[in-house]
Amino acid sequence: MSDSLLEPTAGAATPAGTSIPDGGARPPAGASPRRRRRRWPALTRTGALVLNLASAVLGILIWWALAKAGFNLPTPAAVAKQARHLLADGTLEHDTYASLRRVLIGFFLGCVAAVPVGFLMGWYPVARALIEPWVQFFRTIPPLALLPVTVVLFGIDETPKIMVIFLAAFLACVIAAFQGVVSIDRTLINAARVLGAGDFTIFRRVVIPASMPYIMVGMRVGLGSSWATVVAAELIAAQEGLGHRMQAAELYYDLPTIFVNVIAIGILGLLMDRILLVAERRLTVWQERR
Amino acid sequence: MTTPTTVPDTHVQPKIAVRGVGKRFDDFTALGEVDLELAANEFVTIVGPSGCGKSTLLHILAGLEEPTSGEALVDGVVVDGPAPERGVIFQQYALFPWLTVRDNVEFGLRTARVPKAERRRRVDHYLELVGLTAFADKLPKTLSGGMKQRCAIARAYAADPAILLMDEPFGAVDALTRVRLQEQLLATWSQEKRTVLFITHDVDEAVFLANRVVVMAAGPGRIQEVIDVDLPYPRTEEVRLSPEFTALRNRVWSAVYHQGAPPASR
Repeated sequence: MSDSLLEPTAGAATPAGTSIPDGGARPPAGASPRRRRRRWPALTRTGALVLNLASAVLGILIWWALAKAGFNLPTPAAVAKQARHLLADGTLEHDTYASLRRVLIGFFLGCVAAVPVGFLMGWYPVARALIEPWVQFFRTIPPLALLPVTVVLFGIDETPKIMVIFLAAFLACVIAAFQGVVSIDRTLINAARVLGAGDFTIFRRVVIPASMPYIMVGMRVGLGSSWATVVAAELIAAQEGLGHRMQAAELYYDLPTIFVNVIAIGILGLLMDRILLVAERRLTVWQERR
Repeated sequence: MTTPTTVPDTHVQPKIAVRGVGKRFDDFTALGEVDLELAANEFVTIVGPSGCGKSTLLHILAGLEEPTSGEALVDGVVVDGPAPERGVIFQQYALFPWLTVRDNVEFGLRTARVPKAERRRRVDHYLELVGLTAFADKLPKTLSGGMKQRCAIARAYAADPAILLMDEPFGAVDALTRVRLQEQLLATWSQEKRTVLFITHDVDEAVFLANRVVVMAAGPGRIQEVIDVDLPYPRTEEVRLSPEFTALRNRVWSAVYHQGAPPASR
């Protein structure tokens, strides 16, 4: 399990079998011997880390060179200076707090609502038939596209933004929880039943833990989508937040500020994903990883 | 060909009675009409080719499936759903992968609301019995196939069932481990008697373990022959290598592998 910085988050909503956590296209472990012949030497952890770092440094150098070569770009030094400035006057801190608050509230509410609904859909065919059309319908709409509706309905303060994030997180999570319940090994449920477990015990001691890997993947997808949504929502309608700050800076051709916020958005998104990844690993250590 | 059963205590009510049990799935008859009785503390094995309905029969007794005709009785009461008095050991172990070995064994005791101290005592006892004491706090993924199956056996025993239903429990382990598990199972059974119905497709295993071997045939699933195994317990390696064992084994073998062509109609 490499610690590559590019852990995929999106597109992993339908994990197969037990090899969920890393998502993405991982070659099957049991590939044919002929195919398994290594073209490239395997990397050690440290080796990969060194290369990750080198790549980052190289990227910054190229950026610097391009800026010096006359492209209309701020230099890394100018961006760093602006970052120090925005940190010193509290703007960056304030915007980060505003954006994170929206995301975390909406994301938390979305997940809390999604898990029971997903379980209901997975467990009771009637509930599935009633709920699924709505989930499928709203899934095709980018959450951001609902911002105009929520603004009209809930006004221009925090509520419409949180509503939209709630929806983004809810949709990713509800499908994952549903998938988790549907893919539970029947034998495990039978094993619990013959050991005298009733419906509630089966739910609490089998269904929840068995679908936890799916839910965690759903949460990571949901968080990524929430983060993307909040920034975009702030670009459209907000008085504070990282997205809003970029929008305001755009008016003054203030590229360094835009860069600072873009970098902050990237770092925060990565950080949140890493935290969830660690939680996921902790909660699913029991899985046989391939 | 069916040998009359020479089980002790035949005058009392059978522990398990299967009366005309059949099971149809849409256009497929998994089980024709099966009659079978097990006395208390008897160890009966079922052998037969795939598709003979042996697993279906076991699931019906476990209460996990309903028969489409006839009835299965335990202590004279019709089976309608699973109950802790009928422990099941599945071929694929079916351990809860998120629980440690200890917590797996404890599962049935928790659902039965056994007090904590008593739970601990019983879990320790059964872990000791199957030799997993040192692995109590390990997760199933760290165990070998044989150890997983021992854990599953301990889990079933800990719930203290009167009946054990075992569905090809040693099918997935290597030959050597299998022999060890067989000996261990018999040792456990002789210490704490239970009525055991054990499904296998290994003829040696069927003869080695059982008081009686039930040979089933497919298309539709039915009982072909019942063969008494009057070999003494404990079944040692000596028994396994004896001419009597070989003779019985050959008899079961031919009953299994020289079954006539299945009837044309299903």
